Amino acid sequence: MSVLVNKDSKIIVQGFTGKEGTFHAGQMIEYGTNVVGGVTPGKGGQTHLDKPVFNTVAEAVEGVGADTSIIFVPPPFAADAVMEAATAGIKVIICITEGIPVQDMVKVKAYIEDYDCRLVGPNCPGVITPGEAKCGIMPGFIHNPGRIGIVSRSGTLTYEAVDQVTKAGMGQSTCIGIGGDPIVGTTTKEAVELLMNDPETDAIIMIGEIGGSMEADAARYIKEHGTKPVVGFIAGQTAPKGRTMGHAGAIIGGAEDTAEAKMKIMAECGIHVVTSPATIGETMVAALKG
Amino acid sequence: MNLHEYQGKELLKSYGVTIQEGKVATTVEEALDAFKSLQEETGTEMAVVKAQIHAGGRGKGGGVKLAKNLDDLKEHAGNIIGMMLKTPQTPGGMEGPGKLVRKVLVAQDVYAPDFDACKEYYISILMDREKKRNVIIHSTEGGMDIEEVAEKTPELVHKEYIDPQLGLLPFQARKVAFNLGLSGKAFKEMVRFITKLYKAFVGSDASLFEINPCLKDGEDRIIAVDCKVSLDDNSLFRHKDLAELRDTDEEDPTEVEAKSYGLNYVNLDGNVGCMVNGAGLAMATMDIIKLSGGEPANFLDVGGTADAARVEQAFRIILRDPAVKAILINIFGGIVRCDRVAQGVVDAYKNIGDISVPIIVRLQGTNADLAKTIIDESGLSVHSAILLQEAADLVKEVLQ
Repeated sequence: MSVLVNKDSKIIVQGFTGKEGTFHAGQMIEYGTNVVGGVTPGKGGQTHLDKPVFNTVAEAVEGVGADTSIIFVPPPFAADAVMEAATAGIKVIICITEGIPVQDMVKVKAYIEDYDCRLVGPNCPGVITPGEAKCGIMPGFIHNPGRIGIVSRSGTLTYEAVDQVTKAGMGQSTCIGIGGDPIVGTTTKEAVELLMNDPETDAIIMIGEIGGSMEADAARYIKEHGTKPVVGFIAGQTAPKGRTMGHAGAIIGGAEDTAEAKMKIMAECGIHVVTSPATIGETMVAALKG
Repeated sequence: MNLHEYQGKELLKSYGVTIQEGKVATTVEEALDAFKSLQEETGTEMAVVKAQIHAGGRGKGGGVKLAKNLDDLKEHAGNIIGMMLKTPQTPGGMEGPGKLVRKVLVAQDVYAPDFDACKEYYISILMDREKKRNVIIHSTEGGMDIEEVAEKTPELVHKEYIDPQLGLLPFQARKVAFNLGLSGKAFKEMVRFITKLYKAFVGSDASLFEINPCLKDGEDRIIAVDCKVSLDDNSLFRHKDLAELRDTDEEDPTEVEAKSYGLNYVNLDGNVGCMVNGAGLAMATMDIIKLSGGEPANFLDVGGTADAARVEQAFRIILRDPAVKAILINIFGGIVRCDRVAQGVVDAYKNIGDISVPIIVRLQGTNADLAKTIIDESGLSVHSAILLQEAADLVKEVLQ
């Protein structure tokens, strides 16, 4: 089954004909992902990468039955793109765009609550179900179909975890990059919950970073409802207070924002916490042996 | 991006928020002129000289002084302009070197004439990450450290959450004023103050407004006496006028330079420099350095397109820090091809010439093996690794 995306997902690309959209849509198609078309306002009726281009998301839903969208629209227009997708009935909206104003995301979050959809991102690498669908910008070849689910706020650090899992002889069910912004559509807890309920996932890797309370919320959920082993890591143990570390959401404000505080809560909630990001794979192997 | 107090006040004023009026000065002469014209315009007898730096707690280090007359003003302005001001928030705190004061704000004395009738309040607006909406935090305990107030007397700190789609509703503004115990004219003034302040917050895409203290004067007027304003960098594309207010003098010059090359760099105190693609992996690499017995000298995210030119700029910036005893380059090639980065490292190394610190290069992902060959065959004294653990071990080795 996996979660969020699979081989049957009908995926459209918003910002299809742009530079980023073109490159990554090409990579997705090459991976075997079921990309059914794209949206670029004003270019409807054209064909791009052998797929139909639509003026609006609603037309793409009607024309090719799209149920999933990946967004490569530049920051000034990205919030609008998310709301358009939600309104058109898209069920899974994955927003890759980095640099969306926070107040735009405050509005988006409130707006999409009224729609039956799930937003992943923004400022994320996307979602991949290895062997079925790559709906993001991650390198496909490091993944291997398997039964470990991964949730992470970062891009390359997720690839690192994926690589360690693959090298340890295992594979991934679905990897969810939830994004590095202060406001994201799917929280760590929600992503963990999806994987916890997925019959094809045996164990979960949860990678967080400094800032916010998402990992603590997820840890408390895991303590209450967890049925599978979870390996956790928090990046930024050496990050100074009050500085934004690359990701807009990675900033230590209060005492609860630190890596130390988060790792403590996670350990108390039964998560296998690693202090070194180099030992994620081996810790998972050990956790699965019980 | 942070604004100076005087810039923040100008912003508030443009939205109709009543502020403590003032004029900015960079020399004692300008400060004296500012005082005279302020007296003419506002009728203020005395003035407050306030150091303009990006840090709170300025009064604690002697950066805020009341001048009763021209002589006082001359003295205070003379002392404050050019001083290295130490506050709990400047680098190293009260024990650190402090920050150079380049400008002062000469501001009216809003507490006169009826000092005893004045009352200070605390008001801030920010985006609450958990609730995913803006919140107006307010308290009767103005002029104090709000974190301390929240800890000791949480019942005195009130929060009003704002619906993103509806904005601040009139009853909410009234609620804030009631929570602050106001009535009569002061109540009405506060409702107006809060309403305009919220408009300014949304209108400027701010991430923080902190008005502390917010004053009720002897005539029941509500006035912003101090203000801290932070703006959302991601929104500056639609606020060109505000973007121009950036004062790079207040920022680390190396960080400003790095930014111009598209590098995301934060200067730290350690002895091992690092260069990484991706913010999460960069933080994780810093953690690895610490676990290997070193201390990270920086955070550096070279971004999604780690080409040779960028690698070289990043190298030069890291090498400028004399505390750096080793450099760890950690690239996970996805879209970025490792062999290209490796070539960039080799070229940069040759261009820069005399690099005396050991360099550990860990390249993983697309074409990682080819990259290792390029590094190993370059003849340079560069240690190469593919696994993250190998890189960590090499850091430990070179530090010993």
